Amino acid sequence: MDLVALLAIQVLYAIASLALMSVGLAIIFGMMKVINLAHGEFLMLGGYAAIQANRLGLSIWIAMLIVAPLVVGAIGVIVERTIIRWLYGRMIDTMLATWGLSLFLVGLTTAVFGNTTVGLSAPLGSFEIGQYRTSAYTLFVIAVAIVVLGGVLAVLRFTRLGLIARGTMQNANMAAALGVNPSRVYSITFGAGAALTGLAGAVIAPVSGVFPTIGAAYVAKSFITVIGGGASMVTGTAAASTLFGAVNQLATYVTTPVFGEVALLAAAIVLIRVLPQGITARFFRGSL
Amino acid sequence: MSARSLNLLGLGLAALVGIAVLVLTPQLFDLDVVLNITVYMIMAVLALSLALVWGFGGILCFGQSAFFGLGAYTYAIAMFNIGESTAPLLLAILVPAAFAALLGYFMFYGRISDVYLGVITLTVTLILFNSINSTAGPEFHIGSARLGGFNGIPGIPSLNVPFFKDWQIDLEGMFYLSTGSLILTYFGLRALLASHFGRTIVGIRENEQRAQLLGYDPRAYKLATFTIGAALAGYAGCLFANWGNFVSPTIFGLAQSAQIIIWVIVGGRGTLIGPILGCVGIQWLTAALGANAPSGTGGWQALLGNVPLILGAILIGFVLLVPKGFVPTIAGLGSALGRSRPGAAVAGRPQEAAPR
Amino acid sequence: MSSPLLETRGLGMRFGGVQAVRDVNFTLEERELRCLIGPNGAGKSTFFKMLTGQLKPTSGAVLFRGQDVTGAEPHEIARRGVGIKTQVPSVFDGLTVGENLWLAVTRTRRGASARAAVDAMLERVGLTAIASRLVGQLAHGQRQWVELGVVLSTDPDLVLLDEPAAGMTDQEVMRTVELVRDINRTKALIVVEHDMQFIRMIASKVTVFNQGAILMEDDVEVIMHSPVVRDIYLGKQAAA
Repeated sequence: MDLVALLAIQVLYAIASLALMSVGLAIIFGMMKVINLAHGEFLMLGGYAAIQANRLGLSIWIAMLIVAPLVVGAIGVIVERTIIRWLYGRMIDTMLATWGLSLFLVGLTTAVFGNTTVGLSAPLGSFEIGQYRTSAYTLFVIAVAIVVLGGVLAVLRFTRLGLIARGTMQNANMAAALGVNPSRVYSITFGAGAALTGLAGAVIAPVSGVFPTIGAAYVAKSFITVIGGGASMVTGTAAASTLFGAVNQLATYVTTPVFGEVALLAAAIVLIRVLPQGITARFFRGSL
Repeated sequence: MSARSLNLLGLGLAALVGIAVLVLTPQLFDLDVVLNITVYMIMAVLALSLALVWGFGGILCFGQSAFFGLGAYTYAIAMFNIGESTAPLLLAILVPAAFAALLGYFMFYGRISDVYLGVITLTVTLILFNSINSTAGPEFHIGSARLGGFNGIPGIPSLNVPFFKDWQIDLEGMFYLSTGSLILTYFGLRALLASHFGRTIVGIRENEQRAQLLGYDPRAYKLATFTIGAALAGYAGCLFANWGNFVSPTIFGLAQSAQIIIWVIVGGRGTLIGPILGCVGIQWLTAALGANAPSGTGGWQALLGNVPLILGAILIGFVLLVPKGFVPTIAGLGSALGRSRPGAAVAGRPQEAAPR
Repeated sequence: MSSPLLETRGLGMRFGGVQAVRDVNFTLEERELRCLIGPNGAGKSTFFKMLTGQLKPTSGAVLFRGQDVTGAEPHEIARRGVGIKTQVPSVFDGLTVGENLWLAVTRTRRGASARAAVDAMLERVGLTAIASRLVGQLAHGQRQWVELGVVLSTDPDLVLLDEPAAGMTDQEVMRTVELVRDINRTKALIVVEHDMQFIRMIASKVTVFNQGAILMEDDVEVIMHSPVVRDIYLGKQAAA
């Protein structure tokens, strides 16, 4: 029974971390149809931002939850203004340019921070489930994921900003005719997506540490979660994360962590083949 | 000068340059330079494989390194098990081709679109990387070949003259084989692209709907192109395994896949010479930059030696500023200067779209 | 009694909540020329796309010479002898006129016979002078001609023309009329058009589409004088 509870928490954690790291990308891809291959590096930069802020004396919570999103959000806006905005509508060129950006950011981070892994000890300690101990931090991550997904849904559905963003994405000309500045909306949206990604990177950092090339481990998973999720940003991310996170964790439990990763990637390939438009093209259609 | 004779001139020039490189390089340079040039030739074959699949076929494959790596690993594993290189060489070509045929069938007949093709092929090469990287223990072996995990497989025996196990190829021989392979690949692809098959895949890239409406099955053509590209990449992988007598999982990694794409973009999609030049140029540049920056120093020197930084900047720069790549951009300037010939009736096979 | 060249039975197409084409029973004999008219959004282009295989019908069947081709792949249907000139010209913009025709011709012929066929088609559509120009750089009317040449090069027995006279000068329209009559000597055609003068010059039998279904099918003169047809173009039917 304890084992089941432990496993359940681990599965939830896998789902939560997958959802967290993908939701920023879901917004950028879902709203702007931009494929940002530097996504992994945004996660990485979020981790570094949190660690540096913590080293400079800020509390770890502020570093993770406030500094990291702000820093990466700002970077996102800069990237959008300098690179992405010249390539709207050119999906493949966007992929290539952001791949270049990814390499560039890896190089830059290596130059500034060096090659070694920097760590952050996971706060909150551990707790017991029967005869097993597990980190309480995993519960924190799960909580953050729920809050973030809920928050994004709320902003999109209930706020003026969310409405403007959705309207602009669907019909920029119309929005402009109504007095909205589309290019500013694009910048803000990309920045928001980047900020959420930075937050995710910071929150995950205590678990695995950060090094310049850590993005590579996350970029494929995030992408296939977003593409597997489909057009609906929040429900899609939630649905795909649940599927892939569960597959990953269960496969890991039964075999090895490496095979868990392989199982996740393989499940994604099968899903894209079966549901080429993603889960939310068939289920939960029309949701946000 | 008509387009047709310009084309023949270009072919002749290419042949001349190729033969010159083949014959003169060992005479003019030391063995270590020849060794470096050998790997450039091998990578250029790899670049041509993606030039075919993506540049001409329009198939967005972000995981060409998967076939390159499969070729290298297949050769190594087969060589340890068989001991004589004829079969391993053939397997190094066939295994990646078979894998591509399967994956291609899955993707093209499943009507998966462009962008998702890129993500799936990228994912596949990452799966291979992750899997092989973790096979470090002695329990991971195929026959008498240990997979080696992140350590790689060292001491891979070299190719030998077919069926004569003891006549193994030496370093200079590797140079001749690699350069000869590049020359043959270039002319082979030119012939393929001038054939009906080649023109059809370009047509499908131009307007898949119209090609379909004329009765061509795009899925079959794309599958064939993808498979041929994989076979070529696999062959390059086999050559690579012979060059260093060593292979490691990084061959499947993100960095390797990115490099192949960069060579083709910088050199120019839709050309063959472009990716060759792009590949050799970037490889040389990376080596030169890396050599100039001893680790531990800061400042400009270290920045220049920072390969991902420079490559990334190059890729961004090219996509934004020179999206067509070097060769087409220069060719475009050239033809803009020389374009005012009255159009002549096309009497036979159209030559204008012949690949450079 | 041989089967008609083309027959549709209860053909329908549903997109989500919209029934774009409903229950269409359409028959065309060999070498027959039919015109298809109707207001925008009546379902004519959707109907064409179901005939070529570009769309898979959600109900009903398409039979070509008695064989069921419903939902077949476009290239399979093309190989049976169906060619379409689409509403928006669909050609190989990055290739020359000659190369466009060559690709079409070589689906069935090779070598010297192919070269001869390309030259003949260039003559027929009057594009010999611009054979080595890139199609993407041509004027709209010329691109339409290239597309006609490309479609005819595969020698289809059923030629679908979706607004062939659109954007053409009067002189070009006359040439198109002659070409259509010439094609009709050996092939069947279905022509969608809005230009009533054009239709009068080529048609005998006209089918009228409205709101996804066939409203009327009759001789061209009857259709031209029908108040019902005039009303659907003027939108009066909604008020009636």
